[in-house]
Amino acid sequence: MNDLDYGTPAVVADRKVTLNIDGVAVTVPAGTSVMRAAVQAGVMIPKLCATDSLEPFGSCRLCLVEIEGRRGYPSSCTTPAEAGMKVRTQSSKLADLRRNVMELYISDHPLDCLTCAANGNCELQTMAGEVGLREVRYGMAGANHFTNVKKDESNPYFTYDPAKCIVCNRCVRACEEQQGTFALTISGRGFESRVTAGQNNSFMESDCVSCGACVNACPTATLIEKTVIAKGQAEHEMITTCAYCGVGCGFKAEMQGSEVVRMVPWKDGQANEGHACVKGRFAWGYATHPDRITKPMIREKISDPWREVSWEEAFTYAAGEFRRIQEKYGKNAIGALVSSRCTNEEDYLVQKLVRAAFGNNNVDTCARVCHSPTGYGLKQTLGESAGTQTFKSIEKSNVILVIGANPSEGHPVFASRLKRRVREGAKLIVIDPRNIDIVNAPHVKANYHLKLKPGTNVAVLTSLAHVIVSEGLLAESFIAERCEDQAFKDWREFVARTENSPEAMEAQSGVPAGEVRAAARLYATGGNAAIYYGLGVTEHSQGSTAVIAIANLAMATGNVGREGVGVNPLRGQNNVQGSCDMGSFPHELPGYRHVSDTTTRELFENAWNVKIQSEPGLRIPNMLEAALDGSFLGLYCQGEDPAQSDPDTQHVQEALTAMEFVVVQDLFLNETAKYAHVFLPGASFLEKDGTFTNAERRISRVRKVMPPLAGKADWEATMGLANALGYAMHYDHPSQIMDEIAQLTPTFAGVNYEKLDRLGSLQWPCNDDTPEGTPIMHVDNFVRGKGRFLITQYVPTSEKVTRKFPLLLTTGRVLSQYNVGAQTRRTENVQFYDEDILEIHPHDAEERGIVEGNWVGIQSRAGDTVLRATVTTRVQPGVVYTTFHFPESGANVITTDNSDWATNCPEYKVTAVELVRVDQPSEWQMRNEREDKEQHRLLAAVGLV
Amino acid sequence: MLNTLNAIFAKHRHQPGALLPILHDIQHELGYVPDLAVPEIAKELNLSRAEVHGVLTYYHHFRQSPPGKHVVHVCCAEACQANGSEALANHAATRLLSGDIKMEPVYCLGLCSIGPAIQIDELKLHARVTPEKFDKLMQELEVRS
Repeated sequence: MNDLDYGTPAVVADRKVTLNIDGVAVTVPAGTSVMRAAVQAGVMIPKLCATDSLEPFGSCRLCLVEIEGRRGYPSSCTTPAEAGMKVRTQSSKLADLRRNVMELYISDHPLDCLTCAANGNCELQTMAGEVGLREVRYGMAGANHFTNVKKDESNPYFTYDPAKCIVCNRCVRACEEQQGTFALTISGRGFESRVTAGQNNSFMESDCVSCGACVNACPTATLIEKTVIAKGQAEHEMITTCAYCGVGCGFKAEMQGSEVVRMVPWKDGQANEGHACVKGRFAWGYATHPDRITKPMIREKISDPWREVSWEEAFTYAAGEFRRIQEKYGKNAIGALVSSRCTNEEDYLVQKLVRAAFGNNNVDTCARVCHSPTGYGLKQTLGESAGTQTFKSIEKSNVILVIGANPSEGHPVFASRLKRRVREGAKLIVIDPRNIDIVNAPHVKANYHLKLKPGTNVAVLTSLAHVIVSEGLLAESFIAERCEDQAFKDWREFVARTENSPEAMEAQSGVPAGEVRAAARLYATGGNAAIYYGLGVTEHSQGSTAVIAIANLAMATGNVGREGVGVNPLRGQNNVQGSCDMGSFPHELPGYRHVSDTTTRELFENAWNVKIQSEPGLRIPNMLEAALDGSFLGLYCQGEDPAQSDPDTQHVQEALTAMEFVVVQDLFLNETAKYAHVFLPGASFLEKDGTFTNAERRISRVRKVMPPLAGKADWEATMGLANALGYAMHYDHPSQIMDEIAQLTPTFAGVNYEKLDRLGSLQWPCNDDTPEGTPIMHVDNFVRGKGRFLITQYVPTSEKVTRKFPLLLTTGRVLSQYNVGAQTRRTENVQFYDEDILEIHPHDAEERGIVEGNWVGIQSRAGDTVLRATVTTRVQPGVVYTTFHFPESGANVITTDNSDWATNCPEYKVTAVELVRVDQPSEWQMRNEREDKEQHRLLAAVGLV
Repeated sequence: MLNTLNAIFAKHRHQPGALLPILHDIQHELGYVPDLAVPEIAKELNLSRAEVHGVLTYYHHFRQSPPGKHVVHVCCAEACQANGSEALANHAATRLLSGDIKMEPVYCLGLCSIGPAIQIDELKLHARVTPEKFDKLMQELEVRS
């Protein structure tokens, strides 16, 4: 089941060398190791400390070879192949040497192979077999490392058993080279050398982030998954795609029958190249958690107990209610929410159901509340609503600018790539109100950290542009050739104004002008410069303006259209790019084509055999408003939890209560399901076929490794609902849905499952011009023709600090929990983080008499809640910060209904608040707890609790 | 401790490869490198705790706990071994079992032609040390303190 291991990483070089290994001629790029060249020639040289995800180390001395004309026995992993080299990998002398080395290893190794968890998948065992070890002359009686050794079982997902360690250093190197955390080391020297976490800590006490890279690298059972210890080795594997963040890592699901044994990052996964994080690697147990609801349920009123019914009854009931509401209140009184967690095929079907079966455009997606400004801003400037690069492109960057993103927590596998590039010498600019990890981590230090006040992104971005224009740092010829002339001139005149200088903006942003100037010079003149940004940019009243400002900077400096540069939104959810691509916005059909466009509409009308409305439908906030007005009364909500995730919770709850009929389709009875009348059980990513599209526009296959617990995948449920509504939908397999998408969407025209299976993944646009996809966009021309500069006037948010609300609250995520936490809260990840904590600066804490661990009441204009405080200098004075993973925290009870001017994306990142020490939960929290208990009681009626 | 560390950090701020000089200075000032100093050193040098720990434990010279009042280094390298340092080290270990003089092995004090050699408190070297001579030196040391 293991992939072919070439021993050392691939080398990219124009010059090729040809050498001879065991009589076989092989040609490799110059700089390739003899070991790798040998594998390419079909010769496997024994090895222990080498693996192709890590740089060669040369410590195990098993890979020795003979090279004609050279003295001694060089290690093949550290010896570069040279032209004309004649290498022998087998001789009686080499066999003796290898056997002797192996004998020494085994003399200090417990001989419990038959009961060892790595049995059948142990490199030490395999190598002992390959070198023909038959006896250990030294006996086992002397000093050793395997008697009376304590196993470290502190990590919830893997164990560290020093007794089995051969000190090959692969785990330490994986933590350094691949993950970039440097949590492990070798302590002591000589015989005392041991793999050690932190300062001789347990793994849990150390800086370990549980990415699993060390476990993956370990050739023995020293570091091994607890699931493998419990279940044994897998018997088959399936390639699939992670369902957490927008990095979209490829994984091998290692299986015993329909049971997952472990998830192993896929070496050939182009987004992650064999790396993973704690969520994708380990936190998949939610899929079989007892909280999963596996039968459809209905109830007439939300105060009624739930009743389990058949799928057919649920569909018929739901269809009847939707039609009843439409008859009573009009066609537009119902709508649906598309999930950014479901597959492209499922998202496509839900918007098709709305447009074809509901007969309106009332469809929206959770991208509304995260990256809708990206869609708008990048479309307006560059011409396409997506990031411009591959993740791998960062390997060619000289300057990396990160704004409003905390990749170490939110996009950890990308963060590892970023950190590696910074270790290689790239310069780093961080624009963030907090001291996030990459500002100062082992071997990573931001050259400039522009620590702005929340809500002032546009001020800082525009002043960066001011410096570039006023100091003559523009890429004149790029602009002249590739951008709209008049728009550029207008923009240049605008940003050059004194009011946009760093000096003028300093009072607003709090960033010293000198630092802005220095950062602007670095970005404009430091070589290939790439911008990476996240929700800290989009979730503002000027979210779209900030995205435009980012695109302006890239165009102004010519940093678009090749490797190492670009504008890169770090998208939050596994398929948020895909759900947007699939036409889940109320104004756009698949492929970002406006519903008012007659040609596009006719295309879909003919294919779907219906009439499509030419006016955009309602966005989420409009749906909620309309519910309170009494004009929007039915909602089909698939894989989304607005009652927890959307701002101003109390407002959302009121709107949901006002609706006459709500269908929730989810894995668990989520917060929104408290207001639902029909519950359709969802299927996890392990239970269905389909595709996800990540932040690089990369379409990757999701494969069904186990049958859906509830009997139907989500696309099958949507199909059932459509059919019950009288609109016929029939697909036997999601591949047929993709074929329909490809037929109707030019950017997807060349996408099909056969090609995805063959190539691993495809980056759209993929059509006749680019049959294998488009890794880098806007190479010769912008998608819209000429790039368009747009004016980015800074307008301060109306959410201002006052005497009553003197602090600014901003929000974010932690590594171990994921968004509303529905999944990660149901895994052992709670051992890393089990409640939302409020970060407060010592200065602000002291003023309010708050000390570490105190309960504090947080009051905003929208509401109040209570959280536990931690006093830290990660935040600046005047700013407090929390996460939003736990429903009982009510983080969104405080956030307001301010939103982006262009897209209505909520302003989660800026809320004016005041804090007070308290000793009991807020009124909302107490009510929420009562309601929680009540809903559990209603669930108890069907014996589920 | 923090003041001592900060002063040492300031001294080495612009020195490339400052980890070993910093560890030496801390041990010189405090007699050992406390566990609590490791995260501070890591932060100062943009390293991880584990990396500092790895270096700290690699060199036998660095102590992680407070030393005895006096430290006697007995050379256990090849030349001294040939002149009986193993017996001397065994003798020293027994002689110093109790009390506040600690024995630590060291690998070469540079007195290879006149071994076995010892060094007291990293200050004074003594050559051709027999068990008798050792006891006498220890007696003097005990009297002095």
